[in-house]
Amino acid sequence: MRFESVHKAPAVRTEQIILFRSSNQIFAISSASVQEVRSVDSLGGAAMEINEPAVPKVRHILRRGERNVYVVNSAAHFGLRPSPAALIFLLRKTRVALLIDGIEKMTTMTRLQALSEAFCHEERVWYRGLTVLDQNVIPVVNPLGFLTDGELLQLDAAAGALIEAEAANAQEMGLTP
Amino acid sequence: MSWTEQYDARSCVLLRLGDRRFALAADQVSELVAPSRMFRFAHRTPEIDGVILRRGRVVPVCDVAEKLTGKRLTSRRFYLISARRLGARADWVALPVSGDCELIQADLTPAGPSDSPHVAAWLSHDGEVIEVLNLGALTPGMEPQDGSNGNAVLAEARV
Repeated sequence: MRFESVHKAPAVRTEQIILFRSSNQIFAISSASVQEVRSVDSLGGAAMEINEPAVPKVRHILRRGERNVYVVNSAAHFGLRPSPAALIFLLRKTRVALLIDGIEKMTTMTRLQALSEAFCHEERVWYRGLTVLDQNVIPVVNPLGFLTDGELLQLDAAAGALIEAEAANAQEMGLTP
Repeated sequence: MSWTEQYDARSCVLLRLGDRRFALAADQVSELVAPSRMFRFAHRTPEIDGVILRRGRVVPVCDVAEKLTGKRLTSRRFYLISARRLGARADWVALPVSGDCELIQADLTPAGPSDSPHVAAWLSHDGEVIEVLNLGALTPGMEPQDGSNGNAVLAEARV
């Protein structure tokens, strides 16, 4: 009979992440913050166009029950060159969906390094920190950093007007919304 | 200037940026390394070129040559890895330099109120008067701690 060793090495805290591409750059996001991954094609009819000049990185809304989910173009968000997006991440606990070019792979990170204080602009909100994978430095995005409360308010106002106009249109045509 | 206006002799690292030399307090310098692969990712801090990996630590690369000499470095011979003090902890930055660095012992003269914030002190070496840099005022993400010429930063860094 064998006894298990009493002294175990402390377990390394790990986190499952998804590496994704946006405009040829690689980013990581915690798998736990992604609720669904959908193809852009599969959302064709479900997405409404929105044009809020103050938030140009959002061009579409998805209606999920009574909620508006705003589709953020990741390339525009990070100030990268526009690129053909193929996938959408629907994020958990936020009203944001993220338009990305593609998924690179799923993996595990064991260490998240805080962003140096030398980075002192929007990137402090964009990223939770940096991780090193296979001798590459990958920024780990903050799922709550894509839209500010102010931007959400502006988008809600624009979406409200859009939905009202659509309902009025449908009534005029004798359709029920 | 009287002798009382001078600090004690202190170790400094002389660094070269183009055709000018500057100095950093030696206790703010961790190591001098050959340029290695630079990683770039999206950010909005224009002073940061990218990051390098050093001993498992991600270190931002901050080219201060343009601020100090008006020209970006055309060749980067080494990175001087330096520590900025943030309370009890240190925040590291890699400064590209264009030539060899030299460790010297020199008497420092504190910067005056009319000096630029990036000047923590002055030293004289080989007949040349050299600015001792205040990293806090020169690199992003830190306010100069005394709001004028960075003497407080230098004093804090003294052994």
